Amino acid sequence: MAKTFDQYFDELRGTRVWQSIFRSGTGSSTLKRALSIQQNVFLHLFSTKVRVRMLSFSATWYLGTLTLGTFIILVATGIPLMLYYHPSAPQAYADTKDLQFVVSSGMFLRNLHRWSAHAMVFLVFAHMFKVFYRGAYRTPREFNWVIGVVLLLITLLLSYTGYLLPWDQLAYWAITVGSNIASAVPVMGDKIHFLLLGGNQVNANALLRFYVLHCMILPLTAMFFVAIHFWRIRKDGGLYAHSSEPSVLRATAKEGQ
Amino acid sequence: MSRKGGETWGIQMNLWWKKIMAEETKKNEEVSRREFFMRLGLGSLSIAAAGTAAFTYQYLEPNVLYEPSPVVNAGKPDRYPLDSVTLDVNNGIYIIHSQEGYFSLSAVCTHLGCLTAWKPELNLIACPCHGSKFEQNGKKIEGPAPRPLPWKRIWLNDDGDLLVDRSNDVAPLARDSFVRV
Repeated sequence: MAKTFDQYFDELRGTRVWQSIFRSGTGSSTLKRALSIQQNVFLHLFSTKVRVRMLSFSATWYLGTLTLGTFIILVATGIPLMLYYHPSAPQAYADTKDLQFVVSSGMFLRNLHRWSAHAMVFLVFAHMFKVFYRGAYRTPREFNWVIGVVLLLITLLLSYTGYLLPWDQLAYWAITVGSNIASAVPVMGDKIHFLLLGGNQVNANALLRFYVLHCMILPLTAMFFVAIHFWRIRKDGGLYAHSSEPSVLRATAKEGQ
Repeated sequence: MSRKGGETWGIQMNLWWKKIMAEETKKNEEVSRREFFMRLGLGSLSIAAAGTAAFTYQYLEPNVLYEPSPVVNAGKPDRYPLDSVTLDVNNGIYIIHSQEGYFSLSAVCTHLGCLTAWKPELNLIACPCHGSKFEQNGKKIEGPAPRPLPWKRIWLNDDGDLLVDRSNDVAPLARDSFVRV
């Protein structure tokens, strides 16, 4: 007698090893399904239950999830890029060229990193517009909107610090211009400029500082705020749905049938 | 916490503040041993936190910079023919030999720090980044640059070489700001 895939999976979930890892055992009751979310360190940030209509494309256009997707691609491609890149002048430029022309799949990884970075900035803005025009930023979600604004700033800073790393003419002048904008801050502008670059001009110190910001400080800060962002979605009552929205009306009509 | 909106929140903050102030007045009258040690501990922690902040700030500010010297040797004056504007790309300065003598201008745009270029066909200095334009003597013709290009101190050393101090701005068109050979 052949077993179905579900039966094999249930058997696996019944094993001692599986239960020692995931704690929740076999069975597909509502309780068991809720527990499998609630008892998982990564999933417990999310709601244990979600309305089906909130999973429809038209509700959110999946923009937040897609932003997370690009962030995961950026981490996954950024770490291998770090293995060939030395953040020192003038080695950085040579390494970038090596990645582009010599390293196997280097061009693919670098271009994927670059395009995902562009996509992430675009998606963050799109996500914010969608949230804004649906009115999903309103009480009790206003704090999560603020977290979102912080995440926007981190995204832009990640984009900006990554811009210098190829150490070519475009990077050099973009950071020269950008850091001079920072010195327009009243009173402490010049100080900020000096601390950001680790000197008075864009040179080896600035490259190293931008590298540390880009690969360590900013990604870790982003992950910290992303965790709060997701947790607050659950705490503030799940994904936003207003009863007058067409997608909600359609779903309600369907449920009523 | 109420979720009703701004007004309730304001009232609550007000009440909370009054409560804190009332507690503060009570505290001033009598301090228990527990309270005393609490304050001592928090005070020490604040001092340590302030020290850490100062330490971090000092650490982030480099004390030694390996940046090129602000004084540039521009070579012998006869390298620069009369009525010429020469850009030194590496050092970001112009050496200009005019009828009044030699003078030096910063080539770094006063807008956002791009390197400007001399356009002989237009007889002006132009910035490639955002289109600022300057006269041969640094005077601003067109923005977005907020200020003219600064003049730099120029002099002859004992070997007869022109030296320019990029950290030292001098008055434009002033008698001392030229070198005559």
